[in-house]
Amino acid sequence: MPATGHTGIRGAAHIAGAYEHPRREIPDRTVAQIHTEVAAGALADAGLQFSDVDAYFCAGDAPGFGPLSMADYWGLELRWFDTTEVGGSSYLAHVGHAAAAVAAGKCQVALVTLAGRPRTGGRRPGGSGRIPDAPEIGFENQFGLSIPANYALAARRHMYEFGTTSAQLAEIKVAASIHASHNPHAFLPREVTVEEVLESPMVADPLHRLDCCVITDGGGAVVVVSPEVAADLDRTTVKVLGHGEAPKHTTGGRPDLTFTGARWSGPAAFAEAGVTPEDIDYVSIYDSFTITVLETLEDLGFCPKGEGGRFVSDGALVAPHGRLPFNTDGGGLCNNHPANRGGMTKIIEAVRQLRGEANPGTQVPDCRLALAHGTGGALATRMGSATLILGQEDA
Amino acid sequence: MTTTPPDNHLPVTEPPVNSETAPYWEAAAEGRLALPRCEQCGYVIWYPRQFCPECSSTEIGWFDASGRGTVYSFTVTRKSWGEWGQAAPFVIAYVELAEGPRVLTNIVGVDPDDERLTIGMEVTAVWDRTPEGQGILRFTPL
Repeated sequence: MPATGHTGIRGAAHIAGAYEHPRREIPDRTVAQIHTEVAAGALADAGLQFSDVDAYFCAGDAPGFGPLSMADYWGLELRWFDTTEVGGSSYLAHVGHAAAAVAAGKCQVALVTLAGRPRTGGRRPGGSGRIPDAPEIGFENQFGLSIPANYALAARRHMYEFGTTSAQLAEIKVAASIHASHNPHAFLPREVTVEEVLESPMVADPLHRLDCCVITDGGGAVVVVSPEVAADLDRTTVKVLGHGEAPKHTTGGRPDLTFTGARWSGPAAFAEAGVTPEDIDYVSIYDSFTITVLETLEDLGFCPKGEGGRFVSDGALVAPHGRLPFNTDGGGLCNNHPANRGGMTKIIEAVRQLRGEANPGTQVPDCRLALAHGTGGALATRMGSATLILGQEDA
Repeated sequence: MTTTPPDNHLPVTEPPVNSETAPYWEAAAEGRLALPRCEQCGYVIWYPRQFCPECSSTEIGWFDASGRGTVYSFTVTRKSWGEWGQAAPFVIAYVELAEGPRVLTNIVGVDPDDERLTIGMEVTAVWDRTPEGQGILRFTPL
């Protein structure tokens, strides 16, 4: 049923601070310390302090009892907390929720953090099949379904229905690697070719090793503030223009593996922002695997369903002059994938682009509107999709 | 339906049986594929639960399925972890049952590099046994 009397969050909040942890292996810090380092970094970027924070958002990567443990650790006095846990899409949802909370007058300075050590701490990516009492567990954990295999099922079906090829998927990795070559912090800073992707070992066919994201330690944080707080800060801020989120699931046993929840989260975000895909200058697209990017681009409306393979094949994703520059930090495919969750870094790179602070060689000229999209869970079973539309301060 | 699986070396684990899924597992132990069906709207539900995601009814009945289906998608896992890593390469698939639902499973009794292994391939249910005698649903080419 339609909502009534709402005005949306367009312009209701700004991202005033953003910070990405520079390290990719962090064996000498606890997870709480990494949350602390990224929180301090984002607050300093905004010109704010821990004592200014009145709302805190975290997901399943936060240690202990989430906001209770971290508010205790930091000594925060909070008016609002949110532990929305939808995997890698959580942090984009958090920004949308923070903007809504700010719009409702519930808080003025919202801190969102992500941190984890899957590389040196030994935590491998896993789906809900590893969570006790997940209702589907007995019917999905008997078959050796790894995360790459889960996405491979989607890739195979997309190829079957639309003729998508492994070489087309490889183009996504190539574009990310070109961007990573400009990023001094990237885990895989070397440019790769389509041939190298296709010749890398098969993990779960049709996905090769280089179709998969990296596994790194790290983290990131953003600070979402009210327009009044933003106006008092010296730092250039980014305006939150639109947000959408949706689960996509197995539909009682009829999963369609050719699309993602971006089919719903995207249009909601565009409608709230009052813009269309043609207006977007830069996109951060969740890239756990190359197929994740391809299906998401289609679902967000950057090309028709099934045309993703052709869309990415002519350098369209390569900054600064491609039709739709994406993931200019190198993304999860090359830069980092802290805590096995790429959502936070998607927001951070979009903020950099809108502030004109992307790595030299990847800055999109006059980047006024950006989209950041997160995917949590897995393509072939159940996922959370969350989309943000962000704009320059005066957008 | 066929109940004896072709030789395979896939790991088996004891399933978590609970009050919602007991009818499925009782049938599986006997080599029958029982599917839940909504008593209100007739929707055949997967995974088994005491709720119809189509019409929100909690009146759920059970019936024996044919065990026949076709491959909706598949992947050959070449690299994995632990005991599944040792079992690689092996085939994971969504099989679309003749009764409608698409179920996650393994395809056994076919070489992972066999050209017959395609989307649309017709398959039939087989049951691997756990040490406690429970049935794990896999499929093999017809």
